[in-house]
Amino acid sequence: MAQAPKFIGAPIKRRDDPRLIQGLAHYVDDFNPHGTLHMAMVRSPYGKANIRSVDVSKAAAAEGVVAVYTHEETKGIGPVPVGGLVPDAKVPEQPILADKQTLFAGEPVVAVIAETRYGARDAADLVDIDYEPLDAVVDLAAAMESGSPKVHDAYESNEAFKWGIAGGDVEAGMKEADVIVKEKITNARVAPLALEPRGVLAHYLPGEDKMTIWTSTQVPHKVRTLVALQIGMPENRMRVIAPEVGGGFGSKLNIYREEALAAFVSRELGVPIKWVESRSENFMTTIHGRGQVGDVEMGLKNDGTITAFRYNVLADCGAYYQLLTVAIFTLTGLMLPGPYKIENIEMNATGVFTNKVATDAYRGAGRPEATYILERMMDIAAIELGMDPVEIRRKNFPDKSEFPFNTSAGLSYDSGDYHQALDLALEAADYSGMRAQQEEARKDGRYLGIGFSTYVEICGMGPSAALGGQGWESARVRVEPTGKATVFSGASPHGQGQQTSFAQIVADGLGIDVNDVTVIHGDTDVVPYGVGTFGSRGTVVGGSAVVYARDKVRAKMAKFAAMEFEADENDIEFEDGKVFVRSAPEKSAGFAEVAMMAYSAIALPEDTDPGLEETHFFEPSNFTFPFGTHIVLAEVDPETGDVEILRYVAVDDVGNMINPLLVHGQIHGGIAQGLGQALEEEMIYGEGGQPLNASFMHYALPKASRLPRFELLHTTTPTDVNPLGAKGVGEAGTIGSTPAVVNAVLDALSPFGITHIDMPLRPERLWRAIAEKRA
Amino acid sequence: MEINISINGESRTFDVEPRTLLVHLLRDDAGLTGTHIACETSICGACTVLMDGKAVKSCTVLAAQADGCAVTTIEGLANGDQLHPLQEQFWEKHGLQCGFCTPGMILTANQLIASNSNPTDEEIRHGIEGNICRCTGYQNIVDAISAAAAQMRE
Repeated sequence: MAQAPKFIGAPIKRRDDPRLIQGLAHYVDDFNPHGTLHMAMVRSPYGKANIRSVDVSKAAAAEGVVAVYTHEETKGIGPVPVGGLVPDAKVPEQPILADKQTLFAGEPVVAVIAETRYGARDAADLVDIDYEPLDAVVDLAAAMESGSPKVHDAYESNEAFKWGIAGGDVEAGMKEADVIVKEKITNARVAPLALEPRGVLAHYLPGEDKMTIWTSTQVPHKVRTLVALQIGMPENRMRVIAPEVGGGFGSKLNIYREEALAAFVSRELGVPIKWVESRSENFMTTIHGRGQVGDVEMGLKNDGTITAFRYNVLADCGAYYQLLTVAIFTLTGLMLPGPYKIENIEMNATGVFTNKVATDAYRGAGRPEATYILERMMDIAAIELGMDPVEIRRKNFPDKSEFPFNTSAGLSYDSGDYHQALDLALEAADYSGMRAQQEEARKDGRYLGIGFSTYVEICGMGPSAALGGQGWESARVRVEPTGKATVFSGASPHGQGQQTSFAQIVADGLGIDVNDVTVIHGDTDVVPYGVGTFGSRGTVVGGSAVVYARDKVRAKMAKFAAMEFEADENDIEFEDGKVFVRSAPEKSAGFAEVAMMAYSAIALPEDTDPGLEETHFFEPSNFTFPFGTHIVLAEVDPETGDVEILRYVAVDDVGNMINPLLVHGQIHGGIAQGLGQALEEEMIYGEGGQPLNASFMHYALPKASRLPRFELLHTTTPTDVNPLGAKGVGEAGTIGSTPAVVNAVLDALSPFGITHIDMPLRPERLWRAIAEKRA
Repeated sequence: MEINISINGESRTFDVEPRTLLVHLLRDDAGLTGTHIACETSICGACTVLMDGKAVKSCTVLAAQADGCAVTTIEGLANGDQLHPLQEQFWEKHGLQCGFCTPGMILTANQLIASNSNPTDEEIRHGIEGNICRCTGYQNIVDAISAAAAQMRE
């Protein structure tokens, strides 16, 4: 487009909000087709157990109960879909309802279908299952010892897979080092906890032979294709709708048992079937994130130059894989060099089966783990070498002239200026002032710490070949006869705000008002086949598809205008709701007038069909690599171990911003989640494999009073991977925050000689570490 | 059992099981689905409504307890087409993303402002501690409540 953007880059209020702030939006549980029956699941309370018998007679006889399903009646449904595997991975089949054994607490055994929500729950309580509890596998290291109980009786051990990545020569790099620092570092299992639990409503209409599934998902098309395969139904007889979705954070980038089950039952009974997850079910059966325990080793020269980096890690898979369980760990390997020039890297991962729900994509998905261990090691090395944490980072950055920068993990970072982001953060934080403040405080017996995280992440997932398929996204743009524009996106936002940002993209390109654009997504009968929203790809990949579809429509409109004005189509301009000849602006028509020409089709330009509707499938040429620096000032109370975040400064470079209001929102939320992981969050399992903190009462996730005000700044280094120059922002905050917070706490504790404590840094853990050093 | 509740200014009679939770009555019987359920244990606050002017977590209130009470849900907060200042400011300040916590958050904030017309940021953060938001990191929510309080003081 020739004219300056009017909407792109502007902090436009979300067009999604009026329905949400008035309680008029519709999430899955808000739909109640006539005759809907309710499904309740009976789940195993044990980490691992044999099922001796299942007696459903009392439940089946209960008032209002329509049907009861066990493994026997549902074995025709295909297992839960799994993808993103590595060679030689053991792949256990995850049944819809357990047969002879249950392998994690929460695994469903029986489904009860009843007329009411309460009735289904009551009847579920009447199901009598005789379990024989077995020894459960909980701890990763213990799971790998010979003689450990096994998760899967059919396998020789609990080893799920072996995967590694190597670049350069780590042995040689370690030999070259003046110092080698080592640490054992844990990324604990955490729960994504979208505020809307999962839910599914399946409605089969026998007359039309048509299935509609409303499900709280990030990937409606994947659900359609895969559930169709699971229940043996033609995909084109199935419509999947992701209505309003109350958060996902990766947890809804999956195909879960209840989706196929509800569809299967609805087809059998010919009535709508609804299942809505309770929060305790959400804790027990929706995927978790992270779950890595590793040994890290880093070699450095005395001047701080990194010579080698090695990560040997046990990766907690859970009992079965979900869609991308294994792939997530490989992302850690790809991002191991982070923003540094590390020529020799190596990651050796061993996937471990445990009697727990699967791990899978949780906001950041593999990259927070890489960033965390690397940034922790940078601080540990800085202490060892007597360097400032800023200087050791700076020492290893590639210069901006070195981009595109090829890493030893085999990636090509598109663009970057890491020094600039660091400089801006130092200035904004007043780093030297902070150090002075820290020194003063220490004199008063107060423990302040400054923590850094300089990060780079991999976003805009991604080239299809690099992802093992489906890295593209689709969009269709239609200009209606009245001059309104409609965007149909294959992406499936769930709170990110693309109903606004995609409208901005189209409004600018067509020279119309943003309020004349409507964005539709999440309905497989309406939008082109799409991939979905995850991996910070919605705008980067999905928005780019919108750009190309928009430009195709614009080019076609230009032909109609050129015909009308007897001008060259390349001389047609779109601005302020007008279409005119650039070299002769008096030749002008309203945008809607030109749109109507294309639909009336009384006259057609040469080689041009009627209508204004164009589709584009965008395949990116590379990932994108946003980066930044986060600085945290924290204070630790040595008497209680409590941590207070005094300042949080974040500089994030996400390339061009379509809507800064939305970008800031994404960063705020990301930081909060990463900070939660650093200080509070962790799924805890007892010896028997039962989760001990599966409620909001017992699992500490950030509340308003525990969070600081975030000071956000940006540098802007566009990418040439996509036409928007945008890099993606969904996960930046989560990736940057965790190590910055932990590093700040450990900097505060440095007078005690404490160099590492594993997350989450709960007061008790800090207090014990301090007490031990004092004793 | 028969109960009578005034919901958003309209007197309504329901025949419910004694164990029916207020949130289920509102959603399933009254058809007001703006009140959400996210934990069923009164921790997260997504189900917050006003009962006789006080914010309650409707997932742990029996419908029978609301017999004879006036209940305001998010659907009843605006004055016709005129958004409530809290609704306006949540929109203005980008105080929501997925929107699932928003109705409860707004109604809790409403009570907070009713008892303290000029709250500090710290007081706001303390006041919404019983409401969980997983999307926003709360900063824009705090700003929205602060701005709404200012608007309501005018």
